[in-house]
Amino acid sequence: MIPAPFDYEVAESAEHAVELLGQHDDAKLLAGGHSLLPLMKLRLASPSVLIDIGRVSDLSYVRDAGDRIAIGALTCYEDAHFDETLKSSCPIVAHAAGEVGDPQVRNRGTIGGSVAHGDPASDIPTIMLALNAEFVVRGPTGERTIAAADFFKGVFEVDLAPQEILTEMRVPKTSSGWSYLKFHHRAQDWATVGVAVVLGDGSNNASVALTSMGERPLRAQGVEEALAAGEDPASAARRAAEGTNPVSDPMGSSEYRRQIAPVLTRRALEEALSR
Amino acid sequence: MNGARLEAEVEPRQLLVYFLRDNLNLTGTTVGCDTTSCGACTILVDGKSVKSCTMLAVQADGTEVTTIEGMAKDGELHPLQRAFHDNHALQCGYCTPGMIMAAAGLIQRGGDMSEDDIRLGLEGNLCRCTGYHNIVKAIQQAAGEMKSSATV
Amino acid sequence: MAQVVERPERYVGGGVPRKEDPELITGQAKYIDDINVQGMLWMAFVRSPFAHARINGVDAARANDMPGVVAVYSGADLADDWAGGLPCAWPIAGRSFPEPTTEDPRMPNHWPVAKDKACFAGDPVAVVVADSRAHAKDAAELVDVDYEPLDAVVDPERALDEGAPQIHEDLDSNEAYVWSMNNGDVDKVFSEAALVVKERYRHPRLIPNAMEPRGVLVVPAPAQEEYVLYSATQVPHILRTTLAMSLGIPESKLRVIAPDVGGGFGSKLNVYSEEAVGLALARKLNAPVKWIEERSENYLATIHGRGVIQDMEVAATEEGKILGVRVKLLADMGAYLQLVTPGIPILGAFLYHGVYDVQAYSFTCQSVFTNLTPTDAYRGAGRPEATYAIERIVDALARRVGRDPVEIRRMNFIAPFDQPREVASGLQFDSGNYGASLDKALDMVGYDLLRKDQAERRQRGDAKQLGIGLSTYIEMCGLAPSQVLAALKYGAGGWDAATIRCLPTGKVTVVTGTSPHGQGHVTSWSQIAADALGVPIEDVEVLHGDTAISPLGMDTYGSRSLSVGGIALHFAAEKIRDKVKKIAAHELEVSEEDLEWTDGKFQVRGAPDKAKTVADAAFSAWTAHSLPEGMEPGLEATFVFDPPNFTFPSGAHICAVEVDTETGLVDIVKYVAVDDCGNQINPVIVAGQVHGGIAQGIAEALYEEAVFDENGTLTTSHMGYYRVPSAAELPSFDIDSTVTPSSTNPMGVKGIGEAGTIAAPPAVVNAVIDALQPLGVNHIDMPVTPERVFSTIAEAKGGRQ
Repeated sequence: MIPAPFDYEVAESAEHAVELLGQHDDAKLLAGGHSLLPLMKLRLASPSVLIDIGRVSDLSYVRDAGDRIAIGALTCYEDAHFDETLKSSCPIVAHAAGEVGDPQVRNRGTIGGSVAHGDPASDIPTIMLALNAEFVVRGPTGERTIAAADFFKGVFEVDLAPQEILTEMRVPKTSSGWSYLKFHHRAQDWATVGVAVVLGDGSNNASVALTSMGERPLRAQGVEEALAAGEDPASAARRAAEGTNPVSDPMGSSEYRRQIAPVLTRRALEEALSR
Repeated sequence: MNGARLEAEVEPRQLLVYFLRDNLNLTGTTVGCDTTSCGACTILVDGKSVKSCTMLAVQADGTEVTTIEGMAKDGELHPLQRAFHDNHALQCGYCTPGMIMAAAGLIQRGGDMSEDDIRLGLEGNLCRCTGYHNIVKAIQQAAGEMKSSATV
Repeated sequence: MAQVVERPERYVGGGVPRKEDPELITGQAKYIDDINVQGMLWMAFVRSPFAHARINGVDAARANDMPGVVAVYSGADLADDWAGGLPCAWPIAGRSFPEPTTEDPRMPNHWPVAKDKACFAGDPVAVVVADSRAHAKDAAELVDVDYEPLDAVVDPERALDEGAPQIHEDLDSNEAYVWSMNNGDVDKVFSEAALVVKERYRHPRLIPNAMEPRGVLVVPAPAQEEYVLYSATQVPHILRTTLAMSLGIPESKLRVIAPDVGGGFGSKLNVYSEEAVGLALARKLNAPVKWIEERSENYLATIHGRGVIQDMEVAATEEGKILGVRVKLLADMGAYLQLVTPGIPILGAFLYHGVYDVQAYSFTCQSVFTNLTPTDAYRGAGRPEATYAIERIVDALARRVGRDPVEIRRMNFIAPFDQPREVASGLQFDSGNYGASLDKALDMVGYDLLRKDQAERRQRGDAKQLGIGLSTYIEMCGLAPSQVLAALKYGAGGWDAATIRCLPTGKVTVVTGTSPHGQGHVTSWSQIAADALGVPIEDVEVLHGDTAISPLGMDTYGSRSLSVGGIALHFAAEKIRDKVKKIAAHELEVSEEDLEWTDGKFQVRGAPDKAKTVADAAFSAWTAHSLPEGMEPGLEATFVFDPPNFTFPSGAHICAVEVDTETGLVDIVKYVAVDDCGNQINPVIVAGQVHGGIAQGIAEALYEEAVFDENGTLTTSHMGYYRVPSAAELPSFDIDSTVTPSSTNPMGVKGIGEAGTIAAPPAVVNAVIDALQPLGVNHIDMPVTPERVFSTIAEAKGGRQ
């Protein structure tokens, strides 16, 4: 319950954070702190320096950017959950932000922090993957953008260099049906399985992504292919566990996850089609 | 800090909850777990409920912090405090400050306060004594009172 | 508007708002971690990460070099600090009951800090003392312990296998004891019965999860060799006596204080390593020493509950009339025998026939050691196990004979009675009317409508099926009398004490030997005293939880406080009134027979203006200017009550669940409880106890289990993984009561602290099984997680194909 000692630095801006990262080995960025501090309290993480980017206020925003919506990395879940722009133009993000943790966690935890943490049991990365989101990353040599599909590499492993910082997520505006079904035992639990569905213009080009079904958020390719081939949702959903490799943990065994993924996928498709 | 200005130097690793308890002797905020699960340490930071075990004291620099000790004003209990008493919404009392502060955050956030809304809104606060039945009732009562007094 | 406080005719029976609340809702309560003293040192414990390991050495060099460190001690370093090991006060013994036997259970040494071997993951192997919480913790990480890991016993069913690792080398087996009892010709009944139903039930290991973890602070007064020990405990009195023995400190030099305590549920009914070590180090270092448990540490270091496997059988007629009950338990003691570990299964031993009238009864418990956290009392302790087994098997019998669960219960209930009645296990039940509470519950839940809904869903083949589960439970509270406890080898008495002190100003101090930690005793005891003495409730102050203030007591557990301590208060008040009557007669110059107790005072019959209140008498007794000849001054009375029998609360709980047969998720759609705890002092407090108890029962049924891997490592190691349910998972409860006054005590009270936890699990699990009837499911174990439901359905389908 007491983290190991560390040094503390305040970043005044994203650029400053990048600079500070360059000055310290073994430094971690602190945003909302709701992934990092729990690990530090149990001493499962003991960085020597924390760089607090939580005070960089210009990284907390949701902006209408034409055909896309730009979400600042430091936007907390609760702000995203209640954001009118997201609710009207990309409601799956607003909905899923309200499914993370509990209200207190959502008041502090950030969308960007969740993406950068790369936990395959997190909801937001799955949503980003389903939306084909694009991430803006700042490093010592400037900015680059990267597709969600390329960003998530493995368990807690993302495409961020040691000196890079995630600054923005860009998601498309969606006008068609969507669903995010998070199956969990207790409300505050991590997803045993989560299924995100974002329909294109009709059910045959839906994108379907899964939480807690592998080492990173996964696209349910089999389901997407089956839908594209004109199969009905109920039969397409049967392929939800294809190519997945979920872990066994206290939230559920690997086998169980593979067994209920098709059920949840069918329900998510049905819900998306009904919206 | 509960309406007063406060300056203090803290060690970077000090969690906000220990700063409140050990440095300020505001022991109403309790610690029930070490995994951000139980919500006993819930306080308001800039009007929003947060778990003070998952915030460094230094992160609270420049914010407005309200703890259970700051809820009663001029000797008058806060409507939530009164409602918890009226409805027998506490037994051992250990989770109670966190419950009250979480409820205050929910009410402040606005929106519906049906039984289901309250129950879901309390997903991050654990109580082992009451079975939550009377806590939910108390929050409904207080939310109703606060809404009607706000519209007067 | 000025508030006029008028004394109601009667406080008892009313929902008086709690006197405890003001400090608790404003953050002014004082729990153990809120108490700090000058110069206080902090302890941090180094705990074995292995379930079973030899300790070849402890190297504290690196830890000693850390900032703020005062000392580091291994178990070997402290070997001379103990006069005895940690106590087990209930060495349940013998291979039969009630025939006495001298055979003892196998009792391992239990040193507060392990010396040679760690016997569970979490067993303390060293302690660091430093000047702050953080420094103690930092240094504890750097204590180097040379462990030699050994094979561990994790599964109690493997504990007695040939070649199983021997956990305690001072013992000759991993078996702790076997205890059995028989009433009636059990074998004959079973061999001649038309049918026998036999099932095997498992109770998960549970982690009590009082919201406040444990903690201890010991403040020495070196010159006087005195110690004040503050502990988050349910049992300050028991702690004082046992720690004095373990440490070799004169009991008179040790004062134990239970400050505000944040829940217990049995987990703080114990004498723990950290309390003993705190006392030893305060003595060694002549400094105040404090330790506060962290939650993940609590999951290892504080006792667990349940952990029982039951082979349950009933013999019955073809119609479903139960003739005999026979049960064999395998109980997991864990690594050591804590304060009352061996006795826990025995608390249920007499209740496996439940509320049913049977002829023959047999109970056997075999208890074994494992390399896991010790088990001990957890809310209900023994009685949830018994209730679960009988209520599950009654439903199984109903299915076997094709009757409705309501019908099978009604045809087997013990008929209503209001005087002690001997039952098959040999107990004398105090009073009961089991059909009345069931009828009321059925009415409240709308049983027929639910069955109709269920039939429709079955007809349609819905993914979400409805199930209805019943539990008509009985339990026993107020362990007593002391002589019976002796026969059970319980190490303490079953009495409790109350003192009433009437102060010269008319105010009243009540001292109780019970030690509440959330149950509202201050309010209930005030109600009782105010009524008995004719004073306003505001004038009653209730003191507890400090052995210097309340030297006589047996503390709070097993729903005993009211039915023992509350009755002591009732009798103490009678003693006060007797003395008041004498003083009143003397002062009013009438004979005692001319006085009657009316409206809270003694008045002369036919002359209501001639009267004396308790306050009047208190002042007279204090001035002592004119007391009856030979009367001692002062108005104070103590009564120690040793009840003649247990009390037996009962009731009916009905749960309706919706089961998602595609995912296995169970949702409680309705929960109705009708409890009979006899007369109620404060119905609002009673309801609160019922709510909380049900929540914990549902938690056992659906959510919670301490899971270990094959090495004995706890995998549900923190609150993120061990699923204590929140408000979001639980429904509101529809509760009511029936009142069948107990014949055991003059107030007719029984006890309500554990009823919900005892009643709920079978109601919920029976409901799940009921829902899955069309799929051929007849059994499922707790906790009924979605995954378990899913795989049970899959197995049932597989079995049918």
